[in-house]
Amino acid sequence: MNSDLAVEAVGLERSFVTHTGVLRRSRKEVEAVKGVSFHLERGELFGLLGPNGAGKTTTIKMLITLLLPTAGTARVLGYDVVDDVREVRRRIGYVFGGDRGLYERLSARDNLRYFSELYGVDPRRQKARIEELVELVGLTGREHERVEGFSRGMRQRLHIARGLLHDPDVLFLDEPSIGIDPVGARELRATIGSLVDVGKTVLLTTHYMFEADELCDRIAVIRSGEIVAEGTPQDLKRLVTAGRVLEIETYGVAPDAVAAATGVPGVQGVVVEERGQQQVLIVQFEAGAEVTQTVLASLGDVHVGRVSAREPTLEDAYIQLVTQDVPG
Amino acid sequence: MRQLLHQQWVCYRLQLRVLSTSLFDGLLAVFFPLMFATAALLVYRLNGDEESLQYAGLGAAIMGMWTCQGVIASSLLTRERWAGTLELLVAAPTSLTRVLVPITMALSTIGLYCVVATILWERWVFDLRLEVASWPLFVVGVLMAALSLALFGFFLSVTAVRYRTSWALGAALEYPGWLLCGFLIPVSSLPVWIQPLSWAIPTTWAMAGIREAANGGSPWVDLAVCAAVGCVYAALAAYLGQRLVDSARKHATLALT
Ligand SMILES: Nc1ncnc2c1ncn2[C@@H]1O[C@H](COP(=O)(O)OP(=O)(O)OP(=O)(O)O)[C@@H](O)[C@H]1O
Ligand SMILES: [Mg+2]
Repeated sequence: MNSDLAVEAVGLERSFVTHTGVLRRSRKEVEAVKGVSFHLERGELFGLLGPNGAGKTTTIKMLITLLLPTAGTARVLGYDVVDDVREVRRRIGYVFGGDRGLYERLSARDNLRYFSELYGVDPRRQKARIEELVELVGLTGREHERVEGFSRGMRQRLHIARGLLHDPDVLFLDEPSIGIDPVGARELRATIGSLVDVGKTVLLTTHYMFEADELCDRIAVIRSGEIVAEGTPQDLKRLVTAGRVLEIETYGVAPDAVAAATGVPGVQGVVVEERGQQQVLIVQFEAGAEVTQTVLASLGDVHVGRVSAREPTLEDAYIQLVTQDVPG
Repeated sequence: MRQLLHQQWVCYRLQLRVLSTSLFDGLLAVFFPLMFATAALLVYRLNGDEESLQYAGLGAAIMGMWTCQGVIASSLLTRERWAGTLELLVAAPTSLTRVLVPITMALSTIGLYCVVATILWERWVFDLRLEVASWPLFVVGVLMAALSLALFGFFLSVTAVRYRTSWALGAALEYPGWLLCGFLIPVSSLPVWIQPLSWAIPTTWAMAGIREAANGGSPWVDLAVCAAVGCVYAALAAYLGQRLVDSARKHATLALT
């Protein structure tokens, strides 16, 4: 094990036992994380992407010592997450998405005060630190109000401030931008970026691909508890089998037309995206192939709007990675 | 050391704020003890016997504490869990004991408030002046009652998170407690087989000590037993609490809502 790494996970596994039924209780075991290995260099911003239920939160909870791994080991800043719990907790911060985890009856400021005591923030520094963070997350002027009157995004901002209170070296952000308005989300991205600039290490999960693309140095895509791809955003985009993407706006496209387009030689995949009245076909095709005319022909007499070709985005790569059939 | 005191003091004040705002928002919790005290005194006044009125007056004061503080205490961790803050408390680099001591103190404060409110109520509404031989000893007894009840409630709240059914147990103890703890009728008048149950509750001993102090006797034996019983619950709660956290990390029950 290399203690220069900020986070190191080796073969992490976690299963859950759930019970169903009231009278005849049957045991069911869910393998949420099945042997995940990755590492974060110090000062790196690492993204963990994956569909709902892929095991992102479970992985993070093991790293922040809230869950014991069923198998495998993990270290944070060289400290084992099972044996050196206190040392790990002192050095990490984490933020979950959602509006729970706050004292409703306390003001935003009192919430921060309470947690800074628990996180051992120096009493003399507390006041200044809280003011600084309230300012950073844009809650200035509302910090004396009780949290019960806060909107979802305001709560999320408060969560972020809470996670930063003790100035942790490693931050775990689990969907931190959920519920935050576009301007706030942009500010949040800037904040996360500036944290990395001052040497913090960040592990981020998000469902917003542009956010991951803009922020992350490296990304791992996790699917059903397994990492299916890892690399820089550029690497992942290249994974779209070195192909290109054609976007076709249609009105009322039928499933069999989509199937026909999928059958065109050179086409690797077709995804339909609903955009209001339109359905946009996102057609991935091999780099050399000239498929535009053939695909359009295959759609028959469907009303077609704008047609454009573009480079694949991280979202294309992501969708391909999480929808393609598992080999074997 | 200074930092520890600062931590405990700030956490105490903030927890007290949480508890008291939820208490006063549900005005009922403040009103209930007074209503029950009223009912008890009205019944006892029918006797027209000054001595039994004194008995009920003292009992009603501690009964308010039992009802109000006990109920809040036994659902404490369950509420933290619903709010999603339990996970944060556990994940903080502070030991669980340090998190819980200020909460216990805040709970005791609520209990003391109930006693004072009931005594004032008795005075204004019923013109009942409690005859207390030694006020200092009386105050010591009340403090002990509040502290031991907080520990007892805390024990209930730990078991309530661990075993869901015991939350019901905590709630179910509220009314029998009025009979068990000797607030309105002496424990000795209960059926013999129930009495051990009374002795297992620290509040019973505190009540006995307080009556001694009021009658001019020595409360120390009762209060010592009360402290001992309270400490047993505290130790059990601490042990179960740690087990709870370990098991939650293993079985993933912390965040469960
Ligand atoms: N406490 C628990 N008990 C039982 N099963 C659980 C528990 N927590 C998570 N799981 C299961 O583990 C799997 C992974 O869940 P996890 O929360 O890690 O997903 P996720 O990747 O964070 O998803 P999302 O994007 O929706 O947040 C899911 O199938 C979930 O049902
Ligand atoms: Mg999640």
